[in-house]
Amino acid sequence: MAERLKVHVDPDKCQGHARCKALAPELFELDEYGNAREAGDGTVPPGLEDKAWLAKSNCPEIAIDVIEE
Amino acid sequence: MSDVSQPVAHPPVTDWVNDFDHTDPQWTDDPFPIWDELRAASPVVHTERFLGCYMPTTYEAVREIANDTEHFSSRRIIVRDVRPEVARNAAPPITSDPPVHKPAKQLLLPPFTPDAMKKLEPRMRAICNELIDGFIADGKVDAAARYSKYIPVQAIAHMLGIPESDSDLFINWIHMILELGIKDENMLLQAVHEMSDYFRTHIEERKTKPTDDLISYLMNAKDKEGNPLEDSHVLGSLRLLLIAGIDTTWSAIGSSLWHLARTPADRERLIAEPGLIPVAVEELLRAYSPVTMAREVVKETTISGCPVKAGNMVLLSFPAANRDPKMFPEADKVVIDRRENRHAAFGLGIHRCVGSNLARMEMQVALEEWLKRIPDFRLDPAGTVTWSQGTVRGPRQLPFLLGKAM
Repeated sequence: MAERLKVHVDPDKCQGHARCKALAPELFELDEYGNAREAGDGTVPPGLEDKAWLAKSNCPEIAIDVIEE
Repeated sequence: MSDVSQPVAHPPVTDWVNDFDHTDPQWTDDPFPIWDELRAASPVVHTERFLGCYMPTTYEAVREIANDTEHFSSRRIIVRDVRPEVARNAAPPITSDPPVHKPAKQLLLPPFTPDAMKKLEPRMRAICNELIDGFIADGKVDAAARYSKYIPVQAIAHMLGIPESDSDLFINWIHMILELGIKDENMLLQAVHEMSDYFRTHIEERKTKPTDDLISYLMNAKDKEGNPLEDSHVLGSLRLLLIAGIDTTWSAIGSSLWHLARTPADRERLIAEPGLIPVAVEELLRAYSPVTMAREVVKETTISGCPVKAGNMVLLSFPAANRDPKMFPEADKVVIDRRENRHAAFGLGIHRCVGSNLARMEMQVALEEWLKRIPDFRLDPAGTVTWSQGTVRGPRQLPFLLGKAM
């Protein structure tokens, strides 16, 4: 059975490069300053797993975790 | 002021590892092999020039310094021959350290979010097409002078609410500050004064007739305590937006077009798959990052095992970090569809470029509109490509022939 993924943005590390929002708009939200947080509780809907890993591997601040549950 | 000095010519560099100089013509022309040589020698190198200056050569060393605001101050952000007194409110937040930095930065962020940039996009597309209309029939163009230069100038003028027709004035100030100013203090001071006078006039006008633009936005902004910003803060931030918003993106768009002129395969791929353009923009930003920043060492420390001493400047080369093969496979090659790309073109840490979303939008639109109308172009063998010197690197002359080669 496929594992369920969750994404999480560390707000202390995020500097608002917004790469995650550009690459995986379904999984991330930006606040009024352009800083990112995970959408909802961060659960990655089936089919969007690649986008979660892509967002993580493009974050210049290494602020994104992808957690396998 | 005793700090005002006459410009002094630099002797040519013969030993890059111990005597580097980012204003040397060899560096200006082709810095990439120099960075490789420095990186092979040490993660941090030093020069006695510029009154003492380090340069981190690896991505990791650049990241360490960018994230260490305790030992590295942003009060001086250009490596120059002189170290005049630091002005208060020089250009916040880029010249600010914690704890002053954060509120100054937060003030500038809302007008530059990706959503805010989407509203500006139609005007950007129109600007690009107006520029192309001006030369497409000629069959040739200096793409730096007639295209890449005016896109960011007109964008930031539009946002600030100042006349787009004053573009050449802004471009001249920026040249005086970022290039001539490295060696000529008078030139820098003159440009800063002229720029401040210019903005003072626009601020005065808005005191009686408020407008819906960034100048009025800053004039109405409040600090943490709810007080309006000091005039000097507003002026400093306006100077920053104008200086930082122009020749940076001018360079990025120019370098991108330079690459595409010389690489038909990448050009054809982007025309066939326009959806790939945002990915290509990231790779072009990595490979030809325009902006090198600086820090001043304020407390002795160690970076990647190398001791660094207070009183020295640091040439914080994001462009060199982005060519580190430990971080990027095939770092010296443009991989137009590179999927994993943690490049540092907009900096790392708290000083991440405020205008990164604007720059990305401008680059994407500039390349899309150009490729739609000019799918075939190449360097004009009768012309010469020249590159800017110093803090921001990009083509300043970019002679192209337009249309299919005969």
